[in-house]
Amino acid sequence: MTYLPTWDQVLRVLTLSDFNTRVVVVGVAILGMAAGIVGAFTLLRKRALVSDAVSHATLPGIAAAWLVMVALGGDGKWFPGLLIGAAAGGLAAIAAVLVVRTVLRLHEDTALGIVLSVSFGAGIALLGVIQQMRRGSAAGLDSFIYGKTASMLVSDAMLIGIVSLVLVVAAVLMFKELNMLCFDAEYAASQGLAVGLLDAVMLALVVAVTVIGLQAVGLILIVALLITPAAAARFWTQDLRVMTLLSALIGALGGFVGAALSALTPRLPAGAVIVTVTAAGFVISALFGTRRGLLRLLIERRRSDRRIRREHLLRAAFEQVEGRLGATPSRVELEAVAVDREALAHRRGWTRTELAAALRAGRREGLLQPAPLQPHSLRLTPAGAAQALQIVRNHRLWELYLIRHADVATSRVDRDADRIEHVLEPDLVAELEAQLDGQAERAAVAASPHELAGGAP
Amino acid sequence: MTWTSLDTGIVVVAAVSAMACALIGSFLVLRRMSMMGDAISHAVLPGIAAAFLVTLSRDTGTIVIGAAAAGVLTAAFTQFIHRIGNVDRGAAMGVVFTTMFAIGLILIVRSADSVHVDVHTVFYGSVELAPLNEVTVAGVRMPRALLILGAVFAADLAFVLVLFKELNLTSFDEDFARSIGCNARLLHYALMVMVAVTIVAAFESVGSILVIAMLIVPGAVAGLFTRRLRSLLALGQVIALACAAGGHLSAVIVPRWFGLTDTSTAGMMTVTAGAVVAAALVIAPERGLAARALRRGRAVLRVRRRAGADTSRRRPARSARGARSLRRAGTAC
Repeated sequence: MTYLPTWDQVLRVLTLSDFNTRVVVVGVAILGMAAGIVGAFTLLRKRALVSDAVSHATLPGIAAAWLVMVALGGDGKWFPGLLIGAAAGGLAAIAAVLVVRTVLRLHEDTALGIVLSVSFGAGIALLGVIQQMRRGSAAGLDSFIYGKTASMLVSDAMLIGIVSLVLVVAAVLMFKELNMLCFDAEYAASQGLAVGLLDAVMLALVVAVTVIGLQAVGLILIVALLITPAAAARFWTQDLRVMTLLSALIGALGGFVGAALSALTPRLPAGAVIVTVTAAGFVISALFGTRRGLLRLLIERRRSDRRIRREHLLRAAFEQVEGRLGATPSRVELEAVAVDREALAHRRGWTRTELAAALRAGRREGLLQPAPLQPHSLRLTPAGAAQALQIVRNHRLWELYLIRHADVATSRVDRDADRIEHVLEPDLVAELEAQLDGQAERAAVAASPHELAGGAP
Repeated sequence: MTWTSLDTGIVVVAAVSAMACALIGSFLVLRRMSMMGDAISHAVLPGIAAAFLVTLSRDTGTIVIGAAAAGVLTAAFTQFIHRIGNVDRGAAMGVVFTTMFAIGLILIVRSADSVHVDVHTVFYGSVELAPLNEVTVAGVRMPRALLILGAVFAADLAFVLVLFKELNLTSFDEDFARSIGCNARLLHYALMVMVAVTIVAAFESVGSILVIAMLIVPGAVAGLFTRRLRSLLALGQVIALACAAGGHLSAVIVPRWFGLTDTSTAGMMTVTAGAVVAAALVIAPERGLAARALRRGRAVLRVRRRAGADTSRRRPARSARGARSLRRAGTAC
């Protein structure tokens, strides 16, 4: 296998013992950090794909810069000159998107698509021309499309690192203003911020990151560095400050690990390796993110399913025996009566397996116990009885509220209440009590305002 | 220059691919998901590469299946990330297509060992060479690319004709379409499959850049001139045809002005598409710069005429201009 490096090589790269590797890896890591920070702002401003148009538009800029330099007598290899051309192309793309969007009133997506494809096509046409020219050296222009981290010159890597550092500092200095812009542009404008100018600054940062990153990952994939870390950070936090930090961290890590890996696999396209590593960071975030990660969502869903089932079970138990209790049933009274298992299933419309699962869960949580001497019957434990009273009380409070204040028909109120009672917070319950003040149900469980199904009471 | 049968072949292949893209791409534009064309055109790469790696051949059938799968995956992943990640659709799309593109690049480079694949051809296409690779079908010799593109164009046309009513409804008012029982989601994914298949068919002969331009530009420009779906699609076809012919012509002619031979036809086709957009910027009804200038001119004239009639005695400086415009408008002598 030609793809697998030896241990010796791995060690050399990981310890950054080689000077070239060290410069390239650190340079790309700083680039990833800058892209992560700028990307966080564009993501929140919902302009993430602008970077796509910008990056494609750098190609005709580079080709034009080359032509100009050759026309002036150079060989077209002067790196900063090509970067200036790339930046001009990117800025022109933003202007073009603005014109197409405002004059023709096309959707932003369409304007972006038009600009990126036309400018990239123009770049390819210019490259086609360049390849036929005898003068200058056109070799290496292609590397802007896919990047060439592995064979990057130390001076290029240093340029990338230094400019990226400047961008990071600039973004940090303007953090407060950019924060306001992303959070609420209209509010920012009302506070006297020049929103248009700030937007322009943000887009200029995008252009700068794109241009600087071209060499490292190529123009098609630089977009990934601007979008993926920020999108990954969203899974962990809602706080913009934390999100920007995380995005910078993920970008830097992706750049670091990706560049190191691509130093080990010189045959694989470096940009693709860096982007794949960053994407792995995204997948990890999407799975394990503490705010919106898939795992957390699943656990939460399971937990709420379980709670709803428990509440249904307890209410069904209460309603089954309600007729045998006094007008204001107490916990002790409720504990004493036996609940019939089959009737529970009947009341909730549960199948036998659903019932068994609900009962198992109830017993595990210490809410139910088998009734002594009575097969097929259960009793509520003290904890279960207390919870049952609470749940039924909430349910009926909400039903009463719906009937009296929201004009919901009595026959429908059970179902409507069922949808919301599980999420009644204590303060909402207090408010309901206040709304329904002066009624007999103040402290105790009220009688159900509608006929109960299932043969009770 | 001399126009040869090769030039005709190039224009025909380019035109058929452009028309197929324009037909299906118009719906992307109408649904405000133009960038989905960009995303899918990048994201089909791993599908193609996987097809190469699995079958160890460049068989068109497997490539189309790989591309269709990649297209559906792109749409599904985008929707998924958009929903659970709480990021806007554009960003979700950006994450998905760049990742798939990166994986595709790695796969292609790896598969280049076992199958002959030229990365360059995949991106820029080689419409200039497409007419040379000929096959014989039912006794007729024709370029292989034309056969494939023709089949895909026919499939697109059939898709649009059969589902015209549904596409029309869901493109303009998705909620209404859903309310009358139209399965909008199924239609969405079917459209994504058609887009991916069209892209990959056009990819082979004309490359990825041209595909994006032809998916978006004809539909977007046609939409400026008409609101009716039928005429929008027809106009889109005309624009696509014009881009193909104009693109190849300019690829052959323009470089000669600078003493060079020619340049990429696909590249010049997108430049032509850009010129079409620029022209639309000026001449589009209502929104175009010409229409805006005309409207503004008329409004100014109207105001001046009124000002000239009302205040000619009190404000001599203004009334001179007012009188001039009144004379021009023919209401005063």
